[in-house]
Amino acid sequence: MNGLLHVSSSPHARSKVTTDKIMFAVLLALAPAACVGVWNFGLRALLLIAISMAVCPLTEYLYEKGMKKPVTIADGSALVTGLLLAMNMPVQAPLWMPVIGGVFAILVVKQLFGGLGQNIMNPALAGRCFLLISFPGHMTNFAAPAAAHLVDTVSGATPLAAAKAGEQVNLLSMFLGNTAGTIGETSALALLIGGIFLVCIHVIDLNIPLIYIGTELLFALLFGGHGFDINFLGAHLLGGGLMLGAWFMATDYVTRPITKKGQYIYAVILGLLTGVFRIFGNSAEGVSYAIIFTNLLVPLIERVTVPVGFGRGGKKKA
Amino acid sequence: MFQKKRNTFHGGVHPYEGKELSKDKPIVKAQPGNLLYYAVSQHIGAPAVPIVQKGDHVKAGQKIAEAGGFVSAPVYASVSGTVKGIEKKVSAAGSPVDCIVVENDGLYEKETFEECPHWEKLDADTIRNKIKEAGIVGMGGAGFPTHVKVSPKDPSAIDYILVNGAECEPYLTSDYRRMLEDPEKVIGGLKIMLHMFPKAKGIICIEDNKPDCIAKFCELVLPGDNIEVLELKTKYPQGAERMLIYAATGRKVNSSMLPADAGCIVDNIDTVTAIYQAVRFGEPLMSRIVTVTGDAVQNPCNFEVPVGMLLSELLEQAGGLKNEASKIICGGPMMGKALFTMEVPVTKTTSALTCLTEDEVSALAPSACINCGRCVSVCPGQILPARLSVFAEHGEEEKFLKYGGMECCECGCCSFICPARRPLTQEISSMRKVLLAKRKKK
Repeated sequence: MNGLLHVSSSPHARSKVTTDKIMFAVLLALAPAACVGVWNFGLRALLLIAISMAVCPLTEYLYEKGMKKPVTIADGSALVTGLLLAMNMPVQAPLWMPVIGGVFAILVVKQLFGGLGQNIMNPALAGRCFLLISFPGHMTNFAAPAAAHLVDTVSGATPLAAAKAGEQVNLLSMFLGNTAGTIGETSALALLIGGIFLVCIHVIDLNIPLIYIGTELLFALLFGGHGFDINFLGAHLLGGGLMLGAWFMATDYVTRPITKKGQYIYAVILGLLTGVFRIFGNSAEGVSYAIIFTNLLVPLIERVTVPVGFGRGGKKKA
Repeated sequence: MFQKKRNTFHGGVHPYEGKELSKDKPIVKAQPGNLLYYAVSQHIGAPAVPIVQKGDHVKAGQKIAEAGGFVSAPVYASVSGTVKGIEKKVSAAGSPVDCIVVENDGLYEKETFEECPHWEKLDADTIRNKIKEAGIVGMGGAGFPTHVKVSPKDPSAIDYILVNGAECEPYLTSDYRRMLEDPEKVIGGLKIMLHMFPKAKGIICIEDNKPDCIAKFCELVLPGDNIEVLELKTKYPQGAERMLIYAATGRKVNSSMLPADAGCIVDNIDTVTAIYQAVRFGEPLMSRIVTVTGDAVQNPCNFEVPVGMLLSELLEQAGGLKNEASKIICGGPMMGKALFTMEVPVTKTTSALTCLTEDEVSALAPSACINCGRCVSVCPGQILPARLSVFAEHGEEEKFLKYGGMECCECGCCSFICPARRPLTQEISSMRKVLLAKRKKK
């Protein structure tokens, strides 16, 4: 034996799943919805995605270089933020918007809080909300799908807004995705495929999406003013950012509670807040604000859901 | 009362098992070298006190060190020869320990042992004393003196004697071979234990990746024996005492309880075999089964090894290394100790020597925690490794205790599963050591 032996304390075995693999799995899972977005809204959607996905890692790289920190863009988390940010934008958004949004998301929301794992809000959503507050006109200028071969009855307004105004919506086109909305949120089908893929490879659990969506629908049923109206509830289920938010952003590891119990509470709050914003708010949409706000409640949720440990608590043995 | 039988526990992981390397290799006797080193501290508790002088002639099976207290165990020579003195040797944990050195004369003269074919006529205290005299300790790795384990405050409160044949640690096949080759001795040992605790029921617990062992025991256990063979789901750390008790009986034992508080006594396969040898044949604990394995070893195999033999000699008898090893572990990859030298004597608790060509730990550097929660879902102690490791890193003792840090059994599941490769177990375990030392001082 020539070489020296490695010495470290146990365990000496490591699972094959690493952070970068998880991030790339998320990118893969987002791909169907992003593709539907490009198909529906044309190449401009692709351009926005490309800009956003370039700006986010670049911001991270420059910040880390500037601060003389180890460069971590290889973990893929900035790419995920970039893709999610672009998917949360309408196709008509000016090309400088993903740049501002990306810089805000990575620099302010992620890096200034300490980088990966330290941010208190989902960076992509915080970026979106920042843009929504700063440039409400651009961010709510929804175009109908541009692809000529797709004929859509709803133009200008998202189906969720139409449903709020009391109109009937075409649930099938909402399910498939040829409706107005942001680039990545329109196709419930594509988002479901991605979400279920992540569940199957154990990247996310079903609990947050199911409880979130379930609570929101229950809220819409009770307080929506339409009673048990399939068309209205269907619009709530398939419309707006609920699918994208529930499967891909509410499940963001960093900004959701770490315990199962905490996750149940978190998902219920998400559902309730989304319902409140959608039904009683000014806008028809509420997912982004609901998630951002609930992200901020996570430390409180975690404080009340500290587990007791195996064999602790419960009845004391005599 | 309704009590659901669980044959598993909450959490746990499925590391690469690697058992196929050595599982079909029958146990062979390892040939001891010229010098044997008997560590005086091979168990939890006070070190044993040497009772031989330099130049003394000893026989195999002769006591060479006496128990240093109640929680302690005597040490026996495993070969015949001359005592050369006391020398410091590095233990598997990396620190020097006093070892009695015996020069092997190659004659293997044995002490005469007092056989006892009718052990069922002995009372519990006599058996307890025989176990104590034989120097038997928990051979699964902890090394807790067995006579202490079988002396609970209230013997009538013991309802279960569990034989731990889970062998959940990857690569290890020593218990597997023992179960396959000496099942009668295992059952014999268990029967002795049941004789000591007449109200208890015996359960032999085996993971379902060893169906041949399960079948063998089912065949050998008679209906009137008061012994159950229990098949457990294969999952690491099924063999951890608290997880085993839960899987077999549904009872929960926390870190401040002893198994006896839940009416259970748990003993490892090799320990039960040693009890049988001690009570039936009067033989003290002089040898054990050690698996020499890993992808760097020429001929992975299972040895019956005299205590005191050096690991380097053992590796030679397995054909040495075929590839350069980057990590050599005393024990298995989940809980074993990485060695920097192989001049380490085999003790009563050495279960394996695992030589790996690739060190998975140093392959990737730790990165930031992404709060994925995998450590939480695999933690059998049902605590929050991600949070606890941060408290440990920051020295926040109060928070560490509040978050149940002492419930950690250091099984390593959290470090294994962490996608950011964070050394969670290591951080938590060093904090636990500090806190345990403080508790002791008080």
